[in-house]
Amino acid sequence: MTEAFIYDHVRTPRGKGRDDGALREVPAVRLAAQALQALAERSQLDTALVDDVILGCAQPAGEQGGNIARAAVLAAGLDQSVPGQQIHRFCASGLDAINAAAAQVVAGAADCAIGGGVESMSRVPFGADNGAWVADPAVAYETGYAPQGIGADLIATLDGFSRADVDAYAAESQRRAAVAWSERRFSRSIVPVRDVLGDVLLDRDETMRPDTTAEQLGTLKPAFAGMGVKGGFDLVALQKYPQVEAIEHVHTAGNSSGIVDGAAAVLVGSAGFGKASGLKARARVKAFASIGSEPTIMLTAPAAVTEKVLKRAGMAIGDIDLFELNEAFASVVLRYMRVLGLDPAKVNVNGGSIAMGHPLGATGAMITGIVLDELERRGLGTALVTLCAGNGLGTATIIERV
Amino acid sequence: MKHVALTVAPSGVATITMDHAGEAMNLVSPDWIAEMIAAVEAVASDPAVRGAIVTSAKPGFMAGADLKIFRKKFTAVGAQAFSAAPSRLFRRIETCGKPFVAAVNGLALGGGFELALACHGRIIVDDARAVVGLPEVGVGLLPGAGGTQRLPRMIGLAEALDMLLSGTPLAPAPALEAGLVDLVVSARELLGAAERWVLAQDDSVRPWDRKGYAPPQSRGMLDPGVVSQFGPRSAAASAKSFRNDPAPAAILSAVFEGIQLPMDRALAVESKHFARLLSGDVARNTIRTMFLNKGQADRLAARPRDVAKMTFGTVGVLGAGMMGAGIAYAAALAGSNVVLIDRTQEEAERGKAYSARLLGRDVGRGRRTRDQADAILARIATTTDYAALSDAAIVVEAVFEDTAIKADVTRRTEAATRAGSVFASNTSTLPISGLAAASVRPDRFIGMHFFSPVERMPLVEIIVGQRTSRETIAHALDFVGHLRKTPIVVRDSRGFYTSRVFLSFIHEGMAMLGEGVAPALIENAARFAGMPVGPLAVTDEVSLDLPLKIVRQTAAELGDRYDPPVGYDVLSRMAVDLGRGGRKAGAGFYDYPAGTEKRLWADLARQFPAATSQPEARDIGRRLLCRQAMEAARCMEEGVLSDAADGDLGAILGVGFPSYTGGTLSYIDTMGVGTFVQNCDRLADLCGERFRPSEWLRNRAAGNMPFHAEG
Repeated sequence: MTEAFIYDHVRTPRGKGRDDGALREVPAVRLAAQALQALAERSQLDTALVDDVILGCAQPAGEQGGNIARAAVLAAGLDQSVPGQQIHRFCASGLDAINAAAAQVVAGAADCAIGGGVESMSRVPFGADNGAWVADPAVAYETGYAPQGIGADLIATLDGFSRADVDAYAAESQRRAAVAWSERRFSRSIVPVRDVLGDVLLDRDETMRPDTTAEQLGTLKPAFAGMGVKGGFDLVALQKYPQVEAIEHVHTAGNSSGIVDGAAAVLVGSAGFGKASGLKARARVKAFASIGSEPTIMLTAPAAVTEKVLKRAGMAIGDIDLFELNEAFASVVLRYMRVLGLDPAKVNVNGGSIAMGHPLGATGAMITGIVLDELERRGLGTALVTLCAGNGLGTATIIERV
Repeated sequence: MKHVALTVAPSGVATITMDHAGEAMNLVSPDWIAEMIAAVEAVASDPAVRGAIVTSAKPGFMAGADLKIFRKKFTAVGAQAFSAAPSRLFRRIETCGKPFVAAVNGLALGGGFELALACHGRIIVDDARAVVGLPEVGVGLLPGAGGTQRLPRMIGLAEALDMLLSGTPLAPAPALEAGLVDLVVSARELLGAAERWVLAQDDSVRPWDRKGYAPPQSRGMLDPGVVSQFGPRSAAASAKSFRNDPAPAAILSAVFEGIQLPMDRALAVESKHFARLLSGDVARNTIRTMFLNKGQADRLAARPRDVAKMTFGTVGVLGAGMMGAGIAYAAALAGSNVVLIDRTQEEAERGKAYSARLLGRDVGRGRRTRDQADAILARIATTTDYAALSDAAIVVEAVFEDTAIKADVTRRTEAATRAGSVFASNTSTLPISGLAAASVRPDRFIGMHFFSPVERMPLVEIIVGQRTSRETIAHALDFVGHLRKTPIVVRDSRGFYTSRVFLSFIHEGMAMLGEGVAPALIENAARFAGMPVGPLAVTDEVSLDLPLKIVRQTAAELGDRYDPPVGYDVLSRMAVDLGRGGRKAGAGFYDYPAGTEKRLWADLARQFPAATSQPEARDIGRRLLCRQAMEAARCMEEGVLSDAADGDLGAILGVGFPSYTGGTLSYIDTMGVGTFVQNCDRLADLCGERFRPSEWLRNRAAGNMPFHAEG
């Protein structure tokens, strides 16, 4: 069977998803195009060799709609023969894009494909793309839709994570991200975003607060108590978790992932492609899998999909050197580590979305690149990347350095 | 034509006057529909007619359908046809090419208001009684003749959903403001204004029938306003009834799916959703118990007709505690003079102060004037002297639940009152025939079980003792009618009916705790099944002493023959060993921290360790409902209940049994007596013999005999 390898990857820095965010003026397609261009240029890639560009996007509406991948291919000036497709598995889209690229290679349908993702949350706000799950009464009512913050708080309640626990995790995310930046651990892959004049708009992750302490975080207001109690979502969720007396609303803006803009791209290809282009493979895409989990709590798929992908790879949890789980909410990571019995020193070693933000459809590709760089920096072999995603979804990928 | 008259004025304006024969209200009936079609077609086809006024010869404009027909079970096909017929008629009015105006001369509800909505204009009389609205959600239905489709197109999505989901009708002024009507005029001007309105129209095409009609909501979820309505409201509907009441969700779906469609297709979608509800169990059960049977009870249908009606110029109330004070308030409110007696004048005054507080609150909220409140309060006289009872038509005792004390006040009262007066004992559990032993007039002695707080609880359980006369039953019913409450009549038994059901509920809950079911799971499962609060919470509310005393009293009276109820171990452990008596004691199954929500006592988990395997919430809920239903079935078997309707009403209004089931006996009928017997046999095997069906019930199942004739 043909194997799929990762040859290179880039990501933009993540800009604050607000009016004062550095990337607010950059249309989503240009974010994606700059990532694609950078990837092509670094590898001096003959883009006519690229059989597909697959971009994840979790709000594919408005300027992110209409297959943003093909639009980005053309905007980036890649060869017009390069097709494009956009895929949507909510927050896992960027990782699924890599997996889909790898799948094409493994299947022999492509020699080279780019997987990545893009999300301008400042320009296409959360909620632009809704769907039946959120608001068709027949679906939302019957399947128990609740916003993900309710699920995050419910996880904390079920597992007994206190406000102090989640805040401590968040402070640690900030600390690790600050260390990673100060030691220039991301510099190999960051592509500054430029404006129309070619001036740099942003060259580092914009939302970080390196001095954050758990005590400061403890002063923030719970973000989801209102919708939970007044909006009735707590009682929607309790219908699925009747052993819970009341949901403890412990998540805040400070221990949840940040709203940001960004894009990433990962070059995937066969061994033959590497030879033909004179590129050296950096890692093998060893296995990948997706799974559905209980949709109301929504965010508990990572442990299940981790077990699934390990089984597919014929590996055990101890075979993995580093874990990268998107920090959607602090409780998601705490639960993951508890369920799988993981050493926190191996999980999200350079911080994550709580510190640096979560550009929904792009995050999966970003954290894949981050952990690959880190494997190389530490001289380690394997990493497992996973994300929870909307409506009870999860995707995981195991990469292995070659 | 029997129900509809058509006249044409010289101006060319026709008037269709509805006057349903044999009914106090205009109703949507097949005959009425046929006659309306004829009248509408006559207007449409006569070139001399310019348009039409639709009005009513009755005090009201029109109510909806006659709820009586909903006793029967509808198939989905039958249910769809049921709403499609008036829906087609209304659509024909809307599209017949001539302007129609509804001259709304009185209340217009349900189908009556849908008729008005289908007219091109609505003029309403300036009379606060002329309320308009779509209350269908309250009976487990949706407006099936255009209401869910025209309303959002006329007044906007959010406003329409508010109205459809609350079912609250509006008086003319707010209706005008909401855009439900176009004009408010005096009764005298109504028809003239309507005629001028018709003459002023130059076309009769509704906005949604015009080319290019595209309000934002017709873009469905592409419009953020649509998303922000349906997402949160779906959650609110789920949280409100725990998905036991299908009507709010069906209304949301009918609007969500229909709002983008051309009107004819939208109406067809509405009919389908209506059919789902009408052919389901919840609407039928809700209507039967909460409207038809409750209506009969409120009209005192159980009253022997040949007994002269009693009036209540003076009412005596013994005991000025919580119950006595509430009964005194209710009687004063109903216009009676009240003699409120307690052992000391201070205690009697404290009871009166309760009324003063409630009345003061009403004045504060603008519900009545200070003068009105003072007049009501002045009707309550406080004393310690039984001689003051000499004029009382009825004396209600609400003293301690203690046989000796009750006997004493019975004797003192009867010494003071007229021979024809009624003595009513407000006891929740003590057998009436035993209490009547203290009476020299046992034929005038009856039980009247009020519920706390009296001013809010609508039910009174009348308990007929062995020697209670028919006249006394009639007069007790008269008194309940006087208080505008809902009576049920039961035969004497320990706990009568409602207390037996209530005790079966709380003991079952406490037994589960003893079995190791997690307390939060018990409480949530009960609420998810439709109980207003969990068994542990409600035991805390009534205080653990209450069921404990009942056990002790019964044990004292029955001795060895008595098996304590199943939750007794947990009850006595909590109340006696652990000293946690309930909310009043500040500690029970819950903790009551000052300033925050109560929470289950953290130590419950240690006192009653959770079993490793926990049951499903659905099974817990079913067990709790089946246990109560089994008690109701036993009361039918023992003759404590003679009418299943009383069983249903008593459980819903007195115990909080979920109304979507139609009540305890409707609950059995809905699953089928045979299925109920099977379920209870299984529960008996698992949980204990209290679930075991009797031979009587097995025979009922074998004979396929539901408790309600229509099943």
